[in-house]
Amino acid sequence: MTDATPVAPATLAGKIIGALMHQRLLAFASLIVLLIVFSLASPNFMQTSNMIAILQATSVNGVLAIAATLVIITGGIDLSVGTMMTFCAVMAGVVLTNAGLPLPLGVIAAIATGAMCGFCSGSFVAKLKIPPFIATLGMMLILKGLSLVISGTRPIYFNDTPGFDQISRGSIIGEVLPFLPIPNGVLILFLVAGAASYILGRTVLGRYCFALGSNEEAVRLSGVNTDRWKIAIYALSGAIVGIGGLLIASRLNSAQPALGLGYELEAIAAVVIGGTSLSGGRGTIIGTLIGALIMAVLTNGLRVMSVAQEWQTVVTGAIIILAVYADMMRRRKSV
Amino acid sequence: MTKLVDMAGIEKRFPGVHALKDVQFDLYAGEVHALMGENGAGKSTLMKILSGVYTRDGGTVQIDGFDTAPDSPRAAQDMGIGIIHQELSLMNDLTAAQNVFIGREPRRRFGRLDEVALNKQTAEIFASMKLQMDPRAPVGGQTIARQQLIEIAKALSYRPRVLIMDEPTAALNDVEIAELFAVINRLKADGVGIIYISHKMDEIKRIADRVTVMRDGAWIATLDAAQTPLGRIIELMVGREVNDAPPVIPDTSTAEVALEVRGLKRGRDVHDVSFSLKKGEILGFAGLMGAGRTEVARIIFGADPRDAGDILIHGQPCNIRSPYDAVSAGIGYLSEDRKHFGLATDMTVRANIAMASLSRFTSKTGVLNEAAMRDTAQGYIKQLGIRTPSDMQDVRLLSGGNQQKVVIAKWLLRDCDILIFDEPTRGIDVGAKSEIYRLLEDLAAQGRAIIVISSELPEVMRLSHRIAVMCEGRLTGILPGGAGTTQEQIMELATRRDAAVAPVGE
Repeated sequence: MTDATPVAPATLAGKIIGALMHQRLLAFASLIVLLIVFSLASPNFMQTSNMIAILQATSVNGVLAIAATLVIITGGIDLSVGTMMTFCAVMAGVVLTNAGLPLPLGVIAAIATGAMCGFCSGSFVAKLKIPPFIATLGMMLILKGLSLVISGTRPIYFNDTPGFDQISRGSIIGEVLPFLPIPNGVLILFLVAGAASYILGRTVLGRYCFALGSNEEAVRLSGVNTDRWKIAIYALSGAIVGIGGLLIASRLNSAQPALGLGYELEAIAAVVIGGTSLSGGRGTIIGTLIGALIMAVLTNGLRVMSVAQEWQTVVTGAIIILAVYADMMRRRKSV
Repeated sequence: MTKLVDMAGIEKRFPGVHALKDVQFDLYAGEVHALMGENGAGKSTLMKILSGVYTRDGGTVQIDGFDTAPDSPRAAQDMGIGIIHQELSLMNDLTAAQNVFIGREPRRRFGRLDEVALNKQTAEIFASMKLQMDPRAPVGGQTIARQQLIEIAKALSYRPRVLIMDEPTAALNDVEIAELFAVINRLKADGVGIIYISHKMDEIKRIADRVTVMRDGAWIATLDAAQTPLGRIIELMVGREVNDAPPVIPDTSTAEVALEVRGLKRGRDVHDVSFSLKKGEILGFAGLMGAGRTEVARIIFGADPRDAGDILIHGQPCNIRSPYDAVSAGIGYLSEDRKHFGLATDMTVRANIAMASLSRFTSKTGVLNEAAMRDTAQGYIKQLGIRTPSDMQDVRLLSGGNQQKVVIAKWLLRDCDILIFDEPTRGIDVGAKSEIYRLLEDLAAQGRAIIVISSELPEVMRLSHRIAVMCEGRLTGILPGGAGTTQEQIMELATRRDAAVAPVGE
């Protein structure tokens, strides 16, 4: 028995890699198919400017979806990412416009606000044992209200802070490579995705993220302080939402306090399309990224094809159901 | 007389386990046929095949002489086969009557429920059982014993011709057992065939007509209950393990006390439990189901809070309030339910082994050292003989014995010197069992202090240097291990009640 083991790992590792590739390929292939279909349907679709518009449209939802992915892998759910994003944007507005402080402090304010909000949600879930759905539903309403209260229900503009709009709309890449004017917002999305991927795959925090979603009680009985790690994951997720808040505020050059509701569902949809299990323990950032891209391509493509906006929503809903069903069928076969 | 049930040549395999090998079983109308065997002998698997929960891999099942094995629990019910499961499957927020008739509620026109008929019919069943209970009482508020009786009422409401009872008396006291036996005798007189699974030897003599003994998934013998001495049945059940040499008991008189527990108390589950455990010692915990052994272990490990009591580790008082505290103090707990409490089964062998010791593989920035984890995991795979194609295999794909070894590796890596094993060989093949036994003995020889909780008496007697026996939450005695102690002595302590508990309620 023991002398047979050295041979096996290579083939098994191969199988595992194959399965992972397969999962990514499924979402990735759908994305390619969508791109082909739309470019055949409309010559305008494949133009560089339109591609960049799609990426730009992905950036905010993508960042929020990455934040949601972390929480969902622990077996939780975060309904507050949309209004939390707005709250972070408003706080940046308070620091930059109302208090007139320099740009970096505004950036820190937004991210710190998100981390604090996440810390609160995480504490409600871990310490008070409130189910994540309820805890973050509460946070969603609290933050929506606070955004309106703090801003006096009026948008806060960033006209006094030169360079704020460049966070999302500027293009560092474009300055170096003029033919590739990829906006900074997209660059930030990919940087966040890379960092989140690294944290999930290579750090203790990421390991506990999967472990909590896989079997929280077993982790607790392994002597791990599960509460602390769970709060840390929610806080990290919140910080990422803060980055999302900066992106949307920068793109609109204003913090719109009434905005935000509905973004959480778009984010969760991207996560689910990307193959992350809502029951926890399983998921990838690259999947989420592809999920967010699929949604943006779909919206953009249908618009380019002049499909009415009402129908776009219907199609998105159908895609979510189809994506999850395909994922389940694939999983059933492999087990 | 035709046989109600005739099963022959039954085969069943699960991944990694040959659960049933050429098993036969039959049942006549109006008899009580006891099915005996140790945990893991295959009794429950056989009954799950008869009640349509599992499908068989081979063999024939005849009901009333017809070759018609039930292929679903519903089909079994329609054939008149009722089963009372060991675990209660009641909905706590519904009333007794709603539970009894779940799925078959009497209705009036337009789909409206007929609560009056529901309660009346349930009351009739309760009356036939001589059970005093309000059909409108919520189930959640009842004692476990009375919930068990509701479960029986539910099975009776199907008017079964075959009734399977899986350890129906595990949670009942003497008065309630007598009531249950009266119900069984009435059913017998009505021509119902009853299959009775129990670990309690004395009950077999009181209630059974015939006895079938199973061991390691195989049929051993079918005997007349009245004419066969209990000793013979035990011998057949236990098989070769009776001949297992009792443990060589090391001299621990000079060893340091690793763990001391004083006056542990928690609600109704644990009363005033005190004991001590030395380094290099294996302390067995024996007792019937629900005696409070697992509860004691979970309190020591900080998984459940305690109402009172002190825990001393190496002579130092230690305020354990969570598993985190316990592990920091060097205590590891291997749960009886590996899948729910021991392993993240969707994760790899490597990840599970490292689970309790991740800080050891973490850099200052929180980055994991996968190479070091791989080397460590592969070391344990070799050392413990874990049969897995690689350390990257998902744990759920391993057999029970190998899963157990992964949990053991997890605690060895964490360097715990006090290890609590709760049912260490549950669901594990016989061959793997002796490997686990040897492993425990090696661990003790290395100076670790070990607690083994087991419902299998031969296992406790095979391993323990001392045997602590519990009954109804109290520690009723500590016996020396070795050949001097008999099963009867342990059973006497395991059934030594404080006082007959009167039925609650009326």
